[in-house]
Formats: sequence, structure tokens, C-alpha cells
Amino acid sequence: MTNKQNTRTSSATPPVMDGEAITRALRRIAHEIIERNPELGSVILAGIPSRGVEIARRIADIVQSLAQTSVETGVIDVSMHRDDVGKRAELPRVQASRLPLPLENKTVIIVDDVFFTGRTARAAMDAISSFGRPARIQLAALIDRGHRELPIRVDYVGKNLPTAVGERVRLRLENVDGEPDAVWLVKEEKA
Amino acid sequence: MTEQSKSALRWQRKDLLGIRELSAEEITFILDTADAFKEVGTREIKKVPALRGKTLVNFFVEPSTRTRTSFEIAAIRLSADVINISASASSLTKGETLKDTAKILEANHADIIVLRHSSSGAPQFLAERLTSSIINAGDGAHEHPTQALLDLYTIRERKGAVAGLHVVIVGDILFSRVARSNIFGLLKLGARVTLVGPSTLVPREFEKLGVTVSYDIDEILPTADVVNLLRIQHERQRKEYFPGIGEYIRLFGLTKDRAKRLKPDCLIMHPGPINRGVEIDSELADGAQSVILDQVTNGLAIRMAVLYLCGGIATP
Repeated sequence: MTNKQNTRTSSATPPVMDGEAITRALRRIAHEIIERNPELGSVILAGIPSRGVEIARRIADIVQSLAQTSVETGVIDVSMHRDDVGKRAELPRVQASRLPLPLENKTVIIVDDVFFTGRTARAAMDAISSFGRPARIQLAALIDRGHRELPIRVDYVGKNLPTAVGERVRLRLENVDGEPDAVWLVKEEKA
Repeated sequence: MTEQSKSALRWQRKDLLGIRELSAEEITFILDTADAFKEVGTREIKKVPALRGKTLVNFFVEPSTRTRTSFEIAAIRLSADVINISASASSLTKGETLKDTAKILEANHADIIVLRHSSSGAPQFLAERLTSSIINAGDGAHEHPTQALLDLYTIRERKGAVAGLHVVIVGDILFSRVARSNIFGLLKLGARVTLVGPSTLVPREFEKLGVTVSYDIDEILPTADVVNLLRIQHERQRKEYFPGIGEYIRLFGLTKDRAKRLKPDCLIMHPGPINRGVEIDSELADGAQSVILDQVTNGLAIRMAVLYLCGGIATP
């Protein structure tokens, strides 16, 4: 219900990032990943469904074209590792996680769309550790909107977007949502 | 996994009482969730914290080893704490009513109650009176929803989809909650269902559900994509319903000879425990077409999915 209302609100206001800005942000993340990981062959980009998976795929493509080296990708669904069990009135679909194994001596970079409280990243780290023990885990996000609730920071950030708690970051990606790439900041409607 | 729907459905039920009240979309949602939990079984650490801090009571008023064990392992892998209560160990034998026993369980903070009961409707009776999640693990001759879900999952896994398949259910249909739940689920997902067995155990009335009834297994087998052989439930049987073991084998048993009529890719299923040599020839039960052990493994994934979904949502 609120989603529909927000759709109407957001189409009226200009986006804070358009398709071009998103692509530039992902390029910068790709450059930084190449810079900080001399052994790209040991890097795994693990996307959090559903948009994180698409962002991981895009970053992997950019790294491939820049460095002529392919990096592995995976999917890490955090639903089973969240800390709010029994507190939600409805549950979304869980996806199977898929990581190239073994993880030993690998660098797993968690890829999320919007970095917010840090709870999703914590759950993702927990999920990854059930697959094995990578050499290191890092975190990349297209947008960092602030309001951390856990002592976690992002390693690769596309854009810092200061927000109020009552605001919502609305991201649309072509291959996931069937709408052109864009990011809006929308006021959360009071129910 | 061709039937994965991309719909925005979100799970909202605290109880799983039967397949009859589920929509096709909800059934598919559970099967998709089970896909994710099957993946957990391949991890180095096969345990997730999804139900940490929750208490599950396996309340089996009727005996069962495989279903109870499957629920127990599923709950442990979800990090729930598990308590097993059997009828003989419960106060039911001292004259306490089911409702009072269940109220006591709830007062002890049982978040999820998995109930196996000889009376149809017992799980619903509790679900209407308790805030705990109630999972039906088989009630009388009514429903056995997790068995049907694991059967549907196994069929979908092997065949890619359930819709359009011809599924033949053989044997003791009249007394079978497994048959009933399977019929509801298969029809909702678009399969064609034929029931085969002695006329005393497969009355024509079943056709009202939208299935075909046949008394000639040899005629039906060549078009089957799946054959599900139900256990002859000696404990529920009255003599007059059952033709006798020898005659049953001769008329309806899946013998090696009879199996030659099956398509090479026809799946052979059995919910167990198997009466080897009665419903199915022993060699066939262990043969290449048999998915009987897949059913057990998939049962774990299905039960993890059901406990995660029903036990994981907020209760009032």
C-alpha cells in the first residue's frame, strides 16, 4: 500500500541519482576493488538479493573490462540469519545462497544496495561463515544512508546520502524492476 | 525450478493445518522456501539461527518415528529448542483433555506445537484456541500437509514442474490422510490425478474432488508420470475393507512384471514405512526409478521451510 503511494510521490520529484550517476558510482567501486585487491582471482562478490545480486554482477562486469580478469560472484540470502525472528507480521521469499567454494584464502565482498543499520551486513557475515572461513570479508554498497545500529562500516561506497530516519531510499534497477536505473529519496508516508 | 513464481506474495500464516486451505501460490511459496533450506544442508555448518530462542514441542499422540524425527532435526537445524512428548508420557492418559494439555504447553512458552493426533481436526481445534503456531503432522484420516508438500517438492525437483503431469496414487485411499493432502496439492498445482485400488478402499465418491478413479492398475500405469504407492494401513483397516495380502499383491502390487508397463522416466514414490513385497517389489523400491530416499531428504527441507515460515512470523 505505502509502496504505491511512494511511487506516485517519487515520480513527481527528481531522482538523487540517475542511471549515469549509478554507473559512475559502480565504476568507482570497481576501481577501488582492483586497487585494494592485487589478487583479483581470489575475490568473490556476494550479492544480497535481489538488487545486491544485480549490483554485484555489474561490478564484476566492470572489473572484467578494466582489469581483464574475471572475479567470481555469488548470492548470499540473509533471511535465515536475521535478528528479528518472530517480530515480523509477514515473511518474504527466501532465496538459496550460492557461493563458489571453498572460501579459504578468499576475499568475500558483500554487495548490498542501500547500507543502513548494518544489521543486514551482520547477518550476511554470519551466513558466509556457515560456508567456510574466508581470509577476509569486506562490504560494498551503492548507497550509504547512515543511521548505523551496529559497529560496522562500509569498505566501498558508491554515494553517501545523508537521510532522516523517516525518509526512505527508493532504488530501481533496470534488470530487477523493469524500470530505468534511478535513486529517489522519499518521505515515508504515515499509515 | 520452472514453477518459481516471481509474485510479491508474503507469508502470513502462523499455522499449517492442511493443504486444502492453501492457494497454489502459497504452496509454491513453501516449495521455493524449501529450495533455500535444502541448500543449507550442503553447507559446512548446516545450522542457521532462524528460530533461535523459540521452543518447539513435538506432541505426538499417535506413534510416529520418521515424521517426528524429521521435525526434530528440522527444528534443531533452525536453532529452536525441541521437546518431544508422546501420548503415553502425557497427562492425556490421566484424563486431561487435549485443550488443557495444550494450554499447559502454551503456558510453558511453547512457541510451536507440532501435533500428530488420531482425531481429524485436532490441530484446527488447537489453532483456534492458542497463540502458538500449530503444525499438523497428521490428523486422523484428514490431512498430512508436510507429507504432501515433500511429495510435491520431490516431483517438481525431478520433473521440473508439477502442472500437466499424470500422477497415479495406488492403494488405501479411504483411510489415507497422505492421499487426501496429495490430491488437494496436486490438483491445485495443475496435475492430473488417478486413484487406483480395491473398490472398498477407493470409493467413486472421490471423483467429486476432481480426480479419476480406476480399479485396473495395468491399464493406468503406461500413462503415469508418477506412481505414489500408499502404505496399507493395517492399524486403521477393518477386515471387510481389505481383500487379503495375496489378492492385493496380485491386483494392485507394483511387481517387477507390472513395472515393465511404466514409462522409463516414471517416478516411483512411497511415503513409508514400506511393506516390502506388498505395495512394491523390494528390488523396485531400491531401483533407479525410486525416489523414496529423496522424499526423506526433501522432507527435512520442507519441514525447515514450514517451521521457519509459520514459527517465524509475529504472533499476537
